[in-house]
Amino acid sequence: MSADDLGLWAVPIAMLGGAIRVSTPFILVSLGECITERSGRINLGLEGTLVFGAMAGYAVAYESGSAWIGVAGAALAGTAFGLVHGWICKLPRVNDIAVGIALMLFGIGLAFFFGKPYIQPSAPDLPSIPLGFWSDIPQLEAALRVNVLFIIGIALAFVIAWMFRSTRTGLTIRVVGDSSDAARAMGIDANRVRLLSTAAGGALAGVAGAYLSLYYPGSWTEGISSGQGLMAVALVIFARWNPINCIWAALLFGAAGALGPALQSVGVTSGYYLSYAAPYVLTLIILIATSSTTRALEGAPGELSITK
Amino acid sequence: MSVSARQRTIATGTLQAGGLRGFLSNRKAEAVLVPTGALLAAFVLFSVFLLFLGKSPVEFFQLVWRAGFGTQFSWENTLSRTAPLLLAALCVAIPSRLGLIVIGGEGAIVLGGVAAGAFAIFATGLPGALGMVGMALAAMAMGGIWIGLIGYLRHARGVNETISSLLLAYIAIALMNHFIEGPLRDPASLNKPSTAPVDEAYRIGNLPSLDVHWGLAVGILACIVSYILIEKTTFGFAARIVGGNTRAARIQGLPVGRLMVGFCALAGAFAGLAGMIEVAAVHGSANASLAAGYGYTGILIAFLARHNMLAIIPVAILLAGIEASSGLVQRRMDLPDATMLVLQGLVFIIILMSETLIGRFAIFQPKTEAV
Repeated sequence: MSADDLGLWAVPIAMLGGAIRVSTPFILVSLGECITERSGRINLGLEGTLVFGAMAGYAVAYESGSAWIGVAGAALAGTAFGLVHGWICKLPRVNDIAVGIALMLFGIGLAFFFGKPYIQPSAPDLPSIPLGFWSDIPQLEAALRVNVLFIIGIALAFVIAWMFRSTRTGLTIRVVGDSSDAARAMGIDANRVRLLSTAAGGALAGVAGAYLSLYYPGSWTEGISSGQGLMAVALVIFARWNPINCIWAALLFGAAGALGPALQSVGVTSGYYLSYAAPYVLTLIILIATSSTTRALEGAPGELSITK
Repeated sequence: MSVSARQRTIATGTLQAGGLRGFLSNRKAEAVLVPTGALLAAFVLFSVFLLFLGKSPVEFFQLVWRAGFGTQFSWENTLSRTAPLLLAALCVAIPSRLGLIVIGGEGAIVLGGVAAGAFAIFATGLPGALGMVGMALAAMAMGGIWIGLIGYLRHARGVNETISSLLLAYIAIALMNHFIEGPLRDPASLNKPSTAPVDEAYRIGNLPSLDVHWGLAVGILACIVSYILIEKTTFGFAARIVGGNTRAARIQGLPVGRLMVGFCALAGAFAGLAGMIEVAAVHGSANASLAAGYGYTGILIAFLARHNMLAIIPVAILLAGIEASSGLVQRRMDLPDATMLVLQGLVFIIILMSETLIGRFAIFQPKTEAV
């Protein structure tokens, strides 16, 4: 089969490639949000963290000449945002959802503020691994050119699942997330655990941002994020707070996000702008399907404000 | 027991508990002083931020004052920007009184603008006033459906309203792009896709002897009407009970679902109206300028005003003035246009942190009689 007569097969192949490329930031952010939410807090500010991480990662990579130092810088910046969120939410009577909205606006503002000089220059890209070397179809080969962060994300999902299941740290996070009273009875400082969990979530969101600016789409612009940080919150609910499910959910979202460009690549242009809405519509449908007024969500941390 | 009877019982209850007048004045003082203090604290922090960058905070605030409030021209500029902010803030403040954090007003604004633009295309030749009313109704219906849907999903399916409203805002912007690039696109709009220009007769004019369009009056009226509705009617009282304790409201037999959908739809109608005003008074057609971030500034205004519909008016004027000065600050101080976003984000964070102080100062607390 040559490249010319792929016909409609080009759509699923392009969607596969797109799903892998687009889903990577979803995997990273949703794993981060998963840790935060399992500790009983919700951080809606990850959208701002992601945009700031994209800017910080790009700027550091440009100044240092190394994409990996850029990723580290983004993780550090994300941690700082997570710590701020966690620290503010420690204050009594402060609503974690509202603080998330404020930090989302603040993070985006700061990213645009400091990012202005980095819109033009080009920073080094993150490397990718050609997993499609065995295929002689160029489209498939391109689709399977997988970024290292995708593989790290998958591995991390299994590590986090293991951490929740069989380590002391994981158990501590789960106890705090399910019942502050039980945690207090065990002598655990719930606010401290939540602070660190939010910081970890912020770090992963920062790395996800760095992926956006350093690999795909691969440059820093003010429109770099299309709400990945926010959709991750819905995605974690869909994944039932299970890190492994986060991978599948992220791939599904990635495929939905890749639908528009994939259709365009085979010449379907009608409804092009509508196809941009696909991931949001999918998220909303999933939210509607999985929410309920009468029963608590299966697997939901007991202290989480959005499910109470 | 009817709602009004309950209201009376509660009112007499507080009277007996200890001096209604003193109670009110202290609580009101707290509700004004704590956010004002937080605002000042945020300005101080922002000054430190500017000092770190080697810029002068004094120059910054002087420029904001001059461009936002210093002259008649700057006042007119500020007040023209206030109208959409008032309505966008109502879209956050009204649902918040039912305990809902709806932050997707931006979606209702852009779709309201598109609906108004579409009405102007298809209903040509009407008398001017009728055309304007038609555009406003189309926009309000569109916005009302959009935010009402969020209230419905919350009530019927338990879908978190914060997330669904933001998702719907993204969907709304995709829909707007679809319409202005596709079915409703005016072929004459080349580099900025827009709907066909709105008939001159349907354009909203200026207030008498001022260079400020009528949208400001509409916005202020909407705030006053909302205030009366929420604070002075039984509907509003029922809504506030839902906000205080949904379960108690349900046990009392209040129609929780209808209240949620109704007040969300009202909030959305106001946001849609903001879109219509932008189209009919400012841009002259529906285009991507509708997604100017009014919905997001509205969130900040509503929180700063502590969701009080009348307090929204001065707060919106303040924020409009700050936004109006953005251009001058950029040119004179060589700061990026995101400077105002940073300031707004900082103000927002400090305001939320100040919530923790409410009820902590003894001077604001009602004097309880010795037991």
